[in-house]
Amino acid sequence: MTNNQDDQTRKIGEALANQSARTVTVLSSLLAIEDAVGYIPPKAIEEVAAYTNSTINDVWGVASFYTNFRFTPPGEHIVEVCWGPTCHLLGAQVILQAALQTLGLPEEGDTSDGKVSLKYNTCLGACSQGPVISIDHKIIGPQALGGLNGDAMVRKVVEIVSQLQSGSPK
Amino acid sequence: MSSFEELLEESQRRFHELEAGDKPWIRVGTAVCGEASGAFQVIEAINSELNKRGIAANVSAVGCIGLCYAETLVDILKPGKPRVFYKNITPEMVPDLVESYIVGDNHRPDLALAYSGEGNLDGIPRLEDLPMWSRQVRIALRNCGHIDPLDIYQYIAKGGYAALNKAITKMEPADVIKEMQDSGLRGRGGAAFPTGTKWSFLARSPGPLKYILCNCEEGDPGAYNDKGILESDPHSLIEGAILAGFATEASNGVVFIRHGHEGPVQRTMHAIEQAYELGLLGDNILGSSFSFHMEVSLTGDSYVSGEETALMESVEGKRAMPRARPPFPAAYGVWGIPSNINNIKSLSYVSEIISKGGEWFAGIGTEGSKGTAILCLSGNIAMPGMVEVPMGITLRDVIENVVGGVPDGRNVKFLQTGGPLGGVLPADQMDIELDFGVMSQAGAILGSGGIIVADDRACAVNMTRLLVAFCQYESCGKCFPCRLGMTNLIEILERIASFESRPQDLELMRTVGQNMAATSLCGHGQLGWNPVQSALRSFPDDFIAHMEEKRCPTGQCMVPVFTPQRTRSRWTSAQPIELKF
Repeated sequence: MTNNQDDQTRKIGEALANQSARTVTVLSSLLAIEDAVGYIPPKAIEEVAAYTNSTINDVWGVASFYTNFRFTPPGEHIVEVCWGPTCHLLGAQVILQAALQTLGLPEEGDTSDGKVSLKYNTCLGACSQGPVISIDHKIIGPQALGGLNGDAMVRKVVEIVSQLQSGSPK
Repeated sequence: MSSFEELLEESQRRFHELEAGDKPWIRVGTAVCGEASGAFQVIEAINSELNKRGIAANVSAVGCIGLCYAETLVDILKPGKPRVFYKNITPEMVPDLVESYIVGDNHRPDLALAYSGEGNLDGIPRLEDLPMWSRQVRIALRNCGHIDPLDIYQYIAKGGYAALNKAITKMEPADVIKEMQDSGLRGRGGAAFPTGTKWSFLARSPGPLKYILCNCEEGDPGAYNDKGILESDPHSLIEGAILAGFATEASNGVVFIRHGHEGPVQRTMHAIEQAYELGLLGDNILGSSFSFHMEVSLTGDSYVSGEETALMESVEGKRAMPRARPPFPAAYGVWGIPSNINNIKSLSYVSEIISKGGEWFAGIGTEGSKGTAILCLSGNIAMPGMVEVPMGITLRDVIENVVGGVPDGRNVKFLQTGGPLGGVLPADQMDIELDFGVMSQAGAILGSGGIIVADDRACAVNMTRLLVAFCQYESCGKCFPCRLGMTNLIEILERIASFESRPQDLELMRTVGQNMAATSLCGHGQLGWNPVQSALRSFPDDFIAHMEEKRCPTGQCMVPVFTPQRTRSRWTSAQPIELKF
């Protein structure tokens, strides 16, 4: 446990020092930590406050505002389902419902075994390929699943999601 | 430092080698539409197949040519042959394609979409004759899909940075602004403010520190053209931003992109680095006395951060909440420094306008809206994609002729334009022209250019509920009319959609909506009533069916709608907050 803690502290320190942003701000620091660690651990808030010469209140204010930040470790795999108007028209709600059912979740969140985090996404940006999902930040549309649509696409998504949960992704 | 002429010569030499050398040049569309259709796996398959057979070829990951329905789009240019475009290629099809056309000489009309260039190929049409291509006038999208976004030399060979060289060597800053004013270009981010006039405000602000902010937040669902430009041709934006800096005597540029969109982010960062290396950015650009610096600034997930004053807060690393205006950005912008904010599309026109002159640009389009419209079409249509058409053509023309209309013999029910706040436009108004004035008279917004087509299976109540759920989720919470009003609206719409409405609900929504419009600080609250109002105006029957007859005419409202309206607090309060003093 201590090793993990040390490892995390090191990761946070490195993320803060090696940001890609030329102008370092509270937000750029938080984004760098989320990229490196996967979430914002409580102690990162203090580190960011010290690094950017601001207060813990300021940093919490920013971190709680942007909806991409999370404060608990994410699941091993992150599944995002787009619910933008285009994907909605093309059947996103059924995909979402099927994914939730497969994972046994009432709404977006993490499975109790920590395998999968399911997130709703307002728009993944691949509207021309809708309905799209994203698995571990890779966007996948019907064409990438072999030109499937309708129920066939839903079944394929269910298959992929259950594979992620059982730990044998393709 | 090499002069621009030497740079141009070197670029043309390199490009000639690619285009007319003895190796085939294979280009694969890898913008977000390509990525979603598996383009990177296709590239992997191509490389491994070429390796296996020991064939030497240039393989480039290019951006989006706009024919998104045909992704993954692979185009092959063989020595002495026209360029052939292959549609919907999967990794499994690659060995067959390589065998037929790269090893052999069978151009495979069964897999091909079109060809382009000198010569004639049997059985496939010319790209320029495709309905989706022939109506287009590509100015901002001129290079998209044709050049490698990671290679600045290809951009220069296609005429890039010539406008910057022209401005620096032959023009005064005031001449550049004059040219922009003559062009009549109006901002493409949604507000349609004349770009040249905006620049003239910043030009009058005191220096030496001034900022040019390039807005690629683009949170509008249905629009991906800003990200598409950055993924396909980032240098056209960078050149536009440098020219804006030259015209207004600004010192710094910031490209503002949402975190997580790796394609646009990485390609823009790479492009900025390359421009620095070649002396097109930095101190004393091309040996002149003009200096300009650029960087990328990332934002978190927040729709409102695309609003110009909220954007400045976000660049400063704060919560993206709008500021009150005045002071306007040209007087008090990011970090309190005079700033100018332009949309990516607006800036991508600039280099062509400076090269060819404002008058040339003003010759395209309509009286009130010059130039072209860059549209992203998606939803229930045959050929979704990103197109650039002259202003003044009708929405019906675009939907029925350019992108192939609604498939399966169905009809258009409504269009959703200008982002979620733009509301819905019924099919009977599709004959209006693409023009800022005409569209706003019809109660629609051209906005950022996203057009979502819904066919007659769609329910207006269901769509309105989705749009309002988006707006409620994305309200930044600064102004309570918007924060509480959106919540009120979504609660009422949920009641209507679940057939539990109360008789006074429509009146209540109207009161709430009008209050929001009157008392919110930014467009999010001011226009938040628009999706409901436009749907009520165009599809009263849908609402009556839900409210009085307790049924959904399309059956769509039977499916529970999952929207994250309540999850914001759950995600953020998962960890108890410990404050230390």
